[in-house]
Amino acid sequence: MATDIYTSLVEIVGEAHVSAKKEELYFYGRDAGLMPAHEPDYVVVPKTTEEVQKIMLLANREKIPIVPMGGGMSLAGLTIPLKGGVVVDTKRMRNIVELNKQGRYIVVEGGMPQGMLKAYLEKEFPGFMHSLPESPVMTTVGGSVSLHGQGHLTHQIGYTSDMVSGLEVVLATGDVCKIGSCSMSPYWFSKGPTLPDLSGLFLGWLGTTGIITKVGLKLYKMKKIRDFEIFVTDRDDLVPEILFRLVDTEVVEDLKAVNQAEPRMFEGLHLVLMYFTGDSDDEVEFKRRMIWESLRDIRVSRDGGFMSVFPDMRAEFLDLPQKAMTRMADEKKGGGFEYTGPIVPMEKYPVISRKFSELALANNLRYMTGVRVIGRGHGMMVGMGFFFNRVDEEMLERGKMVLHEAYAFALEHGGIPWKPTVIEQKMAMERMDTGALGLMKMIHRNLDPNHIMNPGNWEVE
Amino acid sequence: MIHRCFRCGFCKFTDDYHEVNCPSYLKFGFDTFASGGRMWLIRAWLNEEVQNSRRYWDILYSCVTCGNCEAHCIMPFKDDLLNVFETAKAEQESYGLVPPAVKNYFRALSESGNPYGEPQDKRGEWVDGSGIEIYSGQEYLFYVGDVGSYEERGKAMARSVAALLLRGGLSVGTLGSEEQSDGNDVKALGGRKLFKQLAEKNIRKFHEKGVRKIITLDPHAFTTFTRDYPGLGGEFQVRHYTQILDDLIKNEKFPLTTQKIKVTYHDPCYLGRHSGIYDPPRQVLRAIPGLELTEMHRNKVNAFCCGGGGGNLFTDIIGIGEQSPAKVRLRDALETGADVLAVGCPLCSKMLDDAVKAQGCDSRIKVQDVAEIVANAIATK
Repeated sequence: MATDIYTSLVEIVGEAHVSAKKEELYFYGRDAGLMPAHEPDYVVVPKTTEEVQKIMLLANREKIPIVPMGGGMSLAGLTIPLKGGVVVDTKRMRNIVELNKQGRYIVVEGGMPQGMLKAYLEKEFPGFMHSLPESPVMTTVGGSVSLHGQGHLTHQIGYTSDMVSGLEVVLATGDVCKIGSCSMSPYWFSKGPTLPDLSGLFLGWLGTTGIITKVGLKLYKMKKIRDFEIFVTDRDDLVPEILFRLVDTEVVEDLKAVNQAEPRMFEGLHLVLMYFTGDSDDEVEFKRRMIWESLRDIRVSRDGGFMSVFPDMRAEFLDLPQKAMTRMADEKKGGGFEYTGPIVPMEKYPVISRKFSELALANNLRYMTGVRVIGRGHGMMVGMGFFFNRVDEEMLERGKMVLHEAYAFALEHGGIPWKPTVIEQKMAMERMDTGALGLMKMIHRNLDPNHIMNPGNWEVE
Repeated sequence: MIHRCFRCGFCKFTDDYHEVNCPSYLKFGFDTFASGGRMWLIRAWLNEEVQNSRRYWDILYSCVTCGNCEAHCIMPFKDDLLNVFETAKAEQESYGLVPPAVKNYFRALSESGNPYGEPQDKRGEWVDGSGIEIYSGQEYLFYVGDVGSYEERGKAMARSVAALLLRGGLSVGTLGSEEQSDGNDVKALGGRKLFKQLAEKNIRKFHEKGVRKIITLDPHAFTTFTRDYPGLGGEFQVRHYTQILDDLIKNEKFPLTTQKIKVTYHDPCYLGRHSGIYDPPRQVLRAIPGLELTEMHRNKVNAFCCGGGGGNLFTDIIGIGEQSPAKVRLRDALETGADVLAVGCPLCSKMLDDAVKAQGCDSRIKVQDVAEIVANAIATK
């Protein structure tokens, strides 16, 4: 049977694009995070939706697990094939399908790397952008929306999945579905409304309901000048208020906060980072004044103040994507950075940030809490992460334990998971409304009758 | 440091992320064939989680050592990537576990002093009729290298360069049949012991003959002479011929006539990314009246490799197909509408010319060496 499956995969994608070799099974059986490895039986790198469709038909017939993969950079083990099967690496599917300038959207294949999309827009549609994540540039658009995704426009507009304007999806049964306005029109301007919004069956499902082969993404005006300010306080209890006021200015493009143990000069401090833009120096300065004014009394009371930034630091902060974020993985000279990133109410910053730093310090871990405000203050992602050395097994175990406790603490305080590991998914489902769980189960059963799609993930008992 | 790779993938791209620029990743499509894949698999091999296999070899040896990964990796250890890959291949070699094509390459070099397995006396045949003399204390040694000595295109290049050097009034000689391989690609393939033998023999010969200044035809030789030979006691003043031509033209040694041609220049990896020489070849071309120099969208530090580096010209482990590096690069060149694809490396010349023939593009574009283009500008006066 194994030979037959291999032969069938070769017939679909060609011999050069399927592997059952140990080298691919090893590499695709793990990611750069902390989840345990589990190898697939095959890895395929299809080029077209038709090839994906044939792979799905084969897998459904033979009841073989399918694990869709983009950049593989979730760090949460979401592309580790927990039950073996076929990893479908979509990164050869990276064509631009359509750029509609008047309609302010672009349609790309699911495997389009975020960095390539940025470069394409800079060349073909200057002055417009998509929401660029801070993850490495190889992260794919399909992968991002499969876990909802965040980017530098998340504060203004929402998750990357909120910016989707249409989908093409291949179901486990091999059916190819267009979702949104493109289901009945040549135009990809709406992912759902005013039709029944079927996109919710795929966005955020971690590849457990189908493979996203095409994505329509909304594009947004990019102002000519981008700048930022950093506000520093040593009072964690003030951070929600600071963020609230900055949201209220309605001039901030991206809003983040950071608390980290090192460098030592930042220990105990909370840095609120706000980006703003303008088409002229006047516009930028006007926004800067609004931002400064919004925090006047906190400055006057000396509970906080704006920080000067050295020129080389400025360049790193303004870099898009922020390579410095990825480079942090080498802080311990060991190839590792891992975080848990629950979404929590804004007011919970002090308790969660405090808890995480206590946990990390008690366990001798170099930590960083990084917050991103989502959708104009209706929630925030609290990324609690630490840097590790991959060869230090004991450090990895400490880190896993701390992240587990921090995540549990965030759930206790009303949080919900973002790109959760399989363990975090289980913890979330234990808290979930039984009606919602039943609905998830029903959806899975109907969309994926043979239970082949990324099994182990979002798996309702 | 091998465990420090985060497999983030910046190494696959150009610096603006516009294109996938790792030739083996583009060709094979699996992450294992990019630098991150190699780093993780070499670590796995060291930990005995993967064993030697044909696939492991394909992954290791399909690296064309173009240096795109080192140029675009964002980690502090970026400059060591190719060293890691070379060391992994050296490990294989130390156990005698190398692919047959690599074994044949090493054997030919060990036995014949060149990768073609050709007799040593044929090495100097290109000299006949070129006018250049055998080195006997001239100011410069013109070092040609394996491809310049044995491949027809390389020999034509060598003759063109030699003629220009003489016309420029330089005191220059060559080793002819006494020359032997510079060893750069041997080293890239992990043949460190053989490389050391070749290098030390070259250094000894250069010293015996009193060589102090070297002009290389081949950027691969240029790189190893400047990067590796000093550590083995071989300190020479080394220049690539395009640098010399640039000087000669600036000093008005050549009266150049109008050439109404559109040219695009392909940066050889070992001249560009490895050695940082981007401008001299362009300045030479720009000096020719009427010549329109147009850039491919991937150029300089973002140039896409022809696929001939890392010994692949001889071993061909990266193989053929529509996504073979030379064909991809040819498509880049065709997009510019250029009449001529200019090169400054005999390996690139061979790889790209073969691609032109394979694609039947002879009527649209021709591959010419920078020296040949200069020679034409002089000859038509």
